[in-house]
Amino acid sequence: MLDKQTRSVLLDPLFDENPIGKQVLGICSALAVTTLLKPSLVMCLAVTAVLIASNVSISLIRSYIPSSIRIIVQLTIISSLVIICDQVLKAFAYGVSRQLSVFVGLIITNCILMGRAEAFAMQNGPRASFFDAVGNGVGYSLVLLLVAFFRELFGSGSVFGVAVLPLVRDGGWYVPNGLMVLSPAAFFLIGGLIWALREWKPKQIEIEPVVEIELEHGAPASRHAA
Amino acid sequence: MRIVRKLFDSLEPHVAPGAKYHKLFPLWEGMESFFYTPSAVTTGGPHVRDNLDLKRMMLLVVIALVPCIIMALYNTGYQIHHVVEQGGTLIDNWQTAVFSATGLPVETSSVLSCMVHGALYFFPILIVTLIAGGTAEVIFSVVRGHVISEGFFVTGTLIPLILPPTIPLWQVAMGTLFGVVIGKEIFGGTGMNFLNPALTARAFLFFAYPAQISGEVWVAAIQPDGRSGATWLASFAEGAGHLPGYTWMDAFIGRIPGSMGETSVIAILLGAALLLVTRVGAWQTMFGVLVGTLLTAFGLNMMGSETNAMMSLPPLYHLLIGGWAFGAVFMATDPVSSAFTSTGKLWYGFGIGLLCVLIRVVNPAYPEGMMLAILFMNMFAPLIDHAVVQANIRRRTQRYGQRAA
Repeated sequence: MLDKQTRSVLLDPLFDENPIGKQVLGICSALAVTTLLKPSLVMCLAVTAVLIASNVSISLIRSYIPSSIRIIVQLTIISSLVIICDQVLKAFAYGVSRQLSVFVGLIITNCILMGRAEAFAMQNGPRASFFDAVGNGVGYSLVLLLVAFFRELFGSGSVFGVAVLPLVRDGGWYVPNGLMVLSPAAFFLIGGLIWALREWKPKQIEIEPVVEIELEHGAPASRHAA
Repeated sequence: MRIVRKLFDSLEPHVAPGAKYHKLFPLWEGMESFFYTPSAVTTGGPHVRDNLDLKRMMLLVVIALVPCIIMALYNTGYQIHHVVEQGGTLIDNWQTAVFSATGLPVETSSVLSCMVHGALYFFPILIVTLIAGGTAEVIFSVVRGHVISEGFFVTGTLIPLILPPTIPLWQVAMGTLFGVVIGKEIFGGTGMNFLNPALTARAFLFFAYPAQISGEVWVAAIQPDGRSGATWLASFAEGAGHLPGYTWMDAFIGRIPGSMGETSVIAILLGAALLLVTRVGAWQTMFGVLVGTLLTAFGLNMMGSETNAMMSLPPLYHLLIGGWAFGAVFMATDPVSSAFTSTGKLWYGFGIGLLCVLIRVVNPAYPEGMMLAILFMNMFAPLIDHAVVQANIRRRTQRYGQRAA
């Protein structure tokens, strides 16, 4: 159905080159909106939609963008798309839009969008850019939804607002974990996910280069000589 | 003892490199060096000739904690009996059932009765901590192939001492696991952790289950109407002033409500003396915390405030109540998570004292600030060391730079 190259463009961002897991991009929104699953899902859809539209449109005009002002052009396109997205949410899903507050507007600064535009859409045709955007959008959503699932389950005892673990407050047995509702929990969970991912795919482990210690005023050996 | 030696010797071939159970070598090594002084010594090259290895050092800290443990047993029971004498009632749980079965009197005057009652709350928490943390430690050692470290004995003894007696045991287990795994193991185990694992465990519980570790949880008895079970610090923060029914002498001896091991300043001083004499704990850190606390508290006294009663709390009182003394002596001096350089330790300690008082006085959300202050400065310790080392390098290049060039 798809040739090998397209398949790799589409599927690599899911696990091998996951924008959050491997490249550690788009962390701000992953911390901010993942307390509950519903706003996270909306956030994922919004980012994916904007990513697809921006990647395709930047790829279409890539030959006409002067290299010296390309970042400005990319940002203009992305921010226009984000404003449209924000307006659509306000019109059709006002409640969720209120919950997400500024974070919809902050999609503009989501590094994944700029990163894909700069690294992929500027060099590839619209078809490949479309698949790249879908792959990265889904890769981002996978992590976000997984984090939100654990945070909502352990922090509020529910999944998509449906009570799964009955809370002590309502006569059940589960004592909600207050840390899960605070943003640091997302840090711990994403850290744990990256740990698991690298355990599964050891190729992602970066080996730190040995840093040579340099003295400002010559090596100590020369000092002995003097 | 010969039987024990024979047992270890007979097991050794099975865990030697290449043998079937080599993965379990850390477990064998850990137990063997617990019973006997390791026979392996460094060969070749210059090395430190000192009998004080990590194991003896950690053991010294545990010995220094013994007075605090004894006071924890006594005070936990004392507080329960004190509340009952004021008209409160015992909680309906297994501890009360066991205590009634012993037939001991519910009186503050009977030291034995207080100790037994306190032990019924303290030891379950200690055992759960050691089992949960020990299991995590062994699993990581076996998987990572490094030896089991005794660092956990210290962490495992510290954790029950900084928890309230009423904390549910499953929370103790979760907190310990978090402290050991997230606070220590994922960074590479003992010696690689930049946070104090015991405080990480407490911070986890503090944010995850605030209802069980703040407010009125400090005495394991039901208060009579109109009497509060809050700590002295909380009482001050609410503007209620002195804790009714307690004197400053009580705070010094440790007969006030609080985390189990933190209340007795005199027991902590005994531990501090041992740490200082053996040089296991750094005097620079303790001194830094002391100066930082006194200066900050004095400064805030000068400023004064009409709405914040904590502003006028005399500096010396900061040292007597809450977790200040315990934190300054046993937590801040943790050699791994504190600064390494001597000058750095002074600054690191100063920062802890400053932040502790600021959190206590200026931040209305938390009555106690020692835990957060130490964790915060733990993160800055490498930066402080870096600054100290760089300053040293600059000074020396200025002194010798011309001659070298």
